[in-house]
Amino acid sequence: MSYEFWIILTGVLVGVTCGTIGCLLIIRKMAMLSDGISHTVLLGIVLAYLISDSLSSVYMLIGALIVGMLTSVFVQYFSNRGIHTDASIGIVFTSLFALGVFLVSVFANQVHLDIDHVLMGEITFVPWNTFTLLGMDLGPQAVWMLGFVLIVNTLTIIYYYQPIKISSFDPTLATALGINVIFIHYLLMGMLSLSIVASFESVGSILVVTMLIVPGATAYLITRRLSSMMLMSALIGGISAILGYYIAYLFDVSIAGSMSSALGLIFIIVFATKLLTQKYTRYAYKKFALNKNQPN
Amino acid sequence: MNALEMKGVSVAYQKEMVLKDVTVDIPKGKLVGIIGPNGAGKSTMIKSILNIVPRVAGSIDILGESYEVNRNKIGYVPQKEEVDWDFPTDVLDVVMMGRYRHQKKWRKASSEDRDIAMDCLKKVSMDTFAKRQINQLSGGQQQRVFLARALAQDSPIYLMDEPFTGVDAATEKAIIKLLSSMKAEGKTVIVVHHDLQTVQEYFDSVILLNQTVQFSGPTSEVFTLDNIQQTYGGALQVFQNEDNQPSVIQS
Repeated sequence: MSYEFWIILTGVLVGVTCGTIGCLLIIRKMAMLSDGISHTVLLGIVLAYLISDSLSSVYMLIGALIVGMLTSVFVQYFSNRGIHTDASIGIVFTSLFALGVFLVSVFANQVHLDIDHVLMGEITFVPWNTFTLLGMDLGPQAVWMLGFVLIVNTLTIIYYYQPIKISSFDPTLATALGINVIFIHYLLMGMLSLSIVASFESVGSILVVTMLIVPGATAYLITRRLSSMMLMSALIGGISAILGYYIAYLFDVSIAGSMSSALGLIFIIVFATKLLTQKYTRYAYKKFALNKNQPN
Repeated sequence: MNALEMKGVSVAYQKEMVLKDVTVDIPKGKLVGIIGPNGAGKSTMIKSILNIVPRVAGSIDILGESYEVNRNKIGYVPQKEEVDWDFPTDVLDVVMMGRYRHQKKWRKASSEDRDIAMDCLKKVSMDTFAKRQINQLSGGQQQRVFLARALAQDSPIYLMDEPFTGVDAATEKAIIKLLSSMKAEGKTVIVVHHDLQTVQEYFDSVILLNQTVQFSGPTSEVFTLDNIQQTYGGALQVFQNEDNQPSVIQS
């Protein structure tokens, strides 16, 4: 497989994985929590490295999952006790992220982690970090990790689709129907943490927020049902990855950055088109009404 | 056997007591109004029955059993402001949520469930709106959709939180007609209500609530000027009209 193929595949997997889970954050009005978790997973990665002494993806996934869940537990804890949700996100994510940065600095000579790399990611290096089993080269680790997370997320969302939908729309009814709303919340937080850490290596912790929020926000504008919103969002995430790769190739710039810019562009085009169509429809109605009122 | 029996129920948010020692029996097959001033704990009382807010003390029996046994015997209509009407879904899908308990995981909703949901929409005259996006509904239509969803739950007991707030006169009439027909089917309907003017017309019995049950019983006996004044702490201007019915000028 070519170098180019692996990069595009990785990008598409990031777009699809983040695009689907991001929709659920948007409809639950928790978009900013993704920003928080995308930063705090750094602490999980550093801790996993310090404890296991390896940069293996499995330990990173576990470490990030634990810290990601802790983030949402802490945020919930503070907001249940009278602190505004956005403020508690701010408190928790900055402190845990700072702790991560602190640990990286203290153990700088032992940790092969670069803050720049963590923040921005480097999808260009993905094809070299391969996964070998019994001497066979099975392709980049990132692809395996993203593929695994995508499958886990997709199966979980399909299985829990109704409870997720009902508890997002009307948590009180969900509780009355016997749905465990708290379990669903942490299930989503778990999937979110997995998606973030899997995408992390490729796009970094800042751009992963774009990948989580923008496809869903765009899909929300042009779909009417949650299921179609998620499919559309995955599609937009995937397309932006392919588009982003060629933009980066053309201008010789950062691939992850181009992917995010492509997403921003897609959002603006969709938004403007929708706005114009609405304006035109209103105009057409008006004209129609005027014509009707004119005596023949 | 009563539909609901609450014994010494107390609920606290943070450190503030919202409900104190609520003890009341609600008989089956009645249309019951929960009346009281703002902050009296009316919604909290409903949420305590649904086990959504934690109780500090007391017990609640639903049809003679605990909540755990009979949780699925209760249908619930929240205040329509409690949900996000920009949620990406349509009217029929919201009503289908009421069928959740009857559906199986992994499987698509059965056509029987769909028929029931459509039927419920018909009962609130919203069947022509089945495919309408929910953000394109008026306040009255939103309330009708919630009622249809409650009907789809098909429960012996219904709890409704201010179903008459912010709806037009036609919807209010339609809702009260629906509630009466539910009562005729032997269902118990418990409604948090704000408008004192219509209490006598709408409800068989009332619970006058202000943190604790001030008075409860048949409307004709309990809904008197003195009792209302006492419940509202004298904050109301009420006058007695010709046929000795209290009517409220200002609250």
